[in-house]
Amino acid sequence: MPSRVIIPLSQHVGAPCEPLVKVGDAVAVGQKIGDSQSFVSAPVHASVSGKVVAIEPYPGPGGAPVMSIVIESDGQDRVADGIAPRGALASLSADEIKAIIREAGVVGMGGAGFPTHVKIAPPKDKKVDVYIINAAECEPYVTCDHRLMLERPQDIVFGLRALMKAAGVSRGYIGIEDNKPDAIAAMLKAVEREDGITVVALKTKYPQGGEKQLINAVTGRVVPSGGLPADVGVLVSNVGTAVAVADAIKTGMPVIERVVTVTGPIVRSPKNLRVRIGTPFADLIEQCGGLTAPAAKIINGGPMMGIAQPTLEAPVAKGTSCLLALGETDLDAVPARPCIRCARCVDACPIHLMPVWISQYAERGMYDEAAKLNAVDCIECGTCAYVCPSRRPLVEAIRVAKRVALAKRRK
Amino acid sequence: MADKLLVVSSSPHIRTPDTTERLMKNVQYALLPAVVAAALLFGFRALAIILVSVICAVLSELVYQRLTGQEVTVGDGSAAVTGILLALVLPPTVPLWLPAVGAIFAIVMVKQLFGGLGDNFLNPALTARAMLLAAWPALMTSWITPQGVAGATPLVAIVPKTAEATNAAIPSLANLFLGYRAGSLGETSVLALLLGGGYLIWRRVIDWRIPASFIATVGVMAWVFGGARPFTGDPLLHVLSGGLILGAFFMATDYVTSPVTPRGRIIFGIGCGVITMLIRLWGGYPEGVCYSILIMNVATPLIDRFTAPRIFGEVRAK
Repeated sequence: MPSRVIIPLSQHVGAPCEPLVKVGDAVAVGQKIGDSQSFVSAPVHASVSGKVVAIEPYPGPGGAPVMSIVIESDGQDRVADGIAPRGALASLSADEIKAIIREAGVVGMGGAGFPTHVKIAPPKDKKVDVYIINAAECEPYVTCDHRLMLERPQDIVFGLRALMKAAGVSRGYIGIEDNKPDAIAAMLKAVEREDGITVVALKTKYPQGGEKQLINAVTGRVVPSGGLPADVGVLVSNVGTAVAVADAIKTGMPVIERVVTVTGPIVRSPKNLRVRIGTPFADLIEQCGGLTAPAAKIINGGPMMGIAQPTLEAPVAKGTSCLLALGETDLDAVPARPCIRCARCVDACPIHLMPVWISQYAERGMYDEAAKLNAVDCIECGTCAYVCPSRRPLVEAIRVAKRVALAKRRK
Repeated sequence: MADKLLVVSSSPHIRTPDTTERLMKNVQYALLPAVVAAALLFGFRALAIILVSVICAVLSELVYQRLTGQEVTVGDGSAAVTGILLALVLPPTVPLWLPAVGAIFAIVMVKQLFGGLGDNFLNPALTARAMLLAAWPALMTSWITPQGVAGATPLVAIVPKTAEATNAAIPSLANLFLGYRAGSLGETSVLALLLGGGYLIWRRVIDWRIPASFIATVGVMAWVFGGARPFTGDPLLHVLSGGLILGAFFMATDYVTSPVTPRGRIIFGIGCGVITMLIRLWGGYPEGVCYSILIMNVATPLIDRFTAPRIFGEVRAK
């Protein structure tokens, strides 16, 4: 139990929350402390009981400061009034489930943080018939979803059922990479008596858990460039999201905790921890016995797409799946060299882009040319930069081209 | 903990162990069998030519980069590779100043003046060979067999256009394969080249597409057009002769000067094969591998432009 939690008011895609409490207020576990009038947003809740000591910008897990509510724990873990089971799934209507999910502050727990109640209400003209639970967990090091599948398979299935009912979908899939046979076995057992839910073993390859790759692997459908999964009748949620939905219905408890993988070559005893939202990263490292060598890089997320942290101050947010600590010797020390056009990036790109040219155009500020090569379709998975023998900053360059092109499109 | 700042940089945070240096080192390893074969077949003179070429290539890159105030990058191994490749496409009889001139030309004129590694649009070793052939045609075409006997390259005897005018005998396929025939230092032993080329494909340093499409095209064209009548040519003779295997595995696959797209590499290989056979069968020179690759080098940006892969989820314009 952390002595102090920092609850960012924006842990999701969409409008940030307005605080509902003042400095000095007493709060209880599960109490809503931030909300927004916007549709695309999700409320935040106190994850410990205690006193609000500050509402101020605080280093966020995304690297930039975020307006946050700091709560000093009283150690009582007093649960807020009104937190109670919401009844059997069969007795709840689709709209009731959506309302529960919204009030519980459920967002994409895989990292994207898109509000789940918005996702399960796609525009009327899009006919959705498939719901996929993303259990690929394709980034190296990250194992929190794997852990959840072993420990709470029934809740994952329950959460999927609830999501399917809310979205009016009859077919459900759980896609798992085939390097986790124990998780596949556990999930197969959990869906034994379930109609319309299939566990799919996926080939282990990065980025299998990319939303569009997953949809393609599970259903054979191809999400059009610039489109959303709903365009091909599919919705996708993470394992952690399904569990959060199950909790919200079964116990009435909003998202106040999640499983975080704390790992890396220099972590003394790497673990999957169930932690309260808002726990500072430094506490997680301490929980795992500290570090065996000075940290050179601390990453929120996996090694391929995670965000490097300037300090250990930032807190766990709803989308924090992994805290990865790397020492000096784990960092790649090879300097960038000129591109030799070996085309490994072209061969490796899961979207079949040509990172070699997009990045070169971007580096020269030729954003229109970069956009013509579909820079906006980049999913920033990092595969191109990973394979680059010349260590070109491909992802950075393409990211810039993508932002410029997207900004232009909005105009 | 706080005494040392954490590194903050963009994802990804892990990288492949492969580096430019490592790739170049692998190419050097892959050329080793050909170098050994050259020494065995043509004696110490072969080693001297290779040594002069490599030293001049590396030194000229070092001196050029020093003089122009650039970072010295000879450590990446690419200049050494150029030096070896240039030596391997020279006749074993050349005076030692010739590889020196060629290597300096390859590095300074073809590579560095165009921007250095990654920016040269022509293969440096082959461009240097073409220059030497134009400047010193006699020196560049005085062939000997490994036994030291002066003789024409077997292509002269194979190709109908010159076969009648020469009394040179066509070597046996086994001799062609092992390297007992007249030719450039490193092109004769197909066995040694296949060892190296196979190693490069196995280590995924080069893509199989270019060598496969290049060699297959030469074989097919030799079969169709290489004989006295259509469909009577001997594909194996053409494939094993001249500089095809060396060119297909080590020159045409040069990253910088070949297409980046998978489809583009097939087209590139076919283009090389077609031009090679046009020159061999009907052109003014006995061998066309060098020029075919240089011509396709120039066509590479065009090929890349028209062979962009279809992106995942691309919506075809209706």
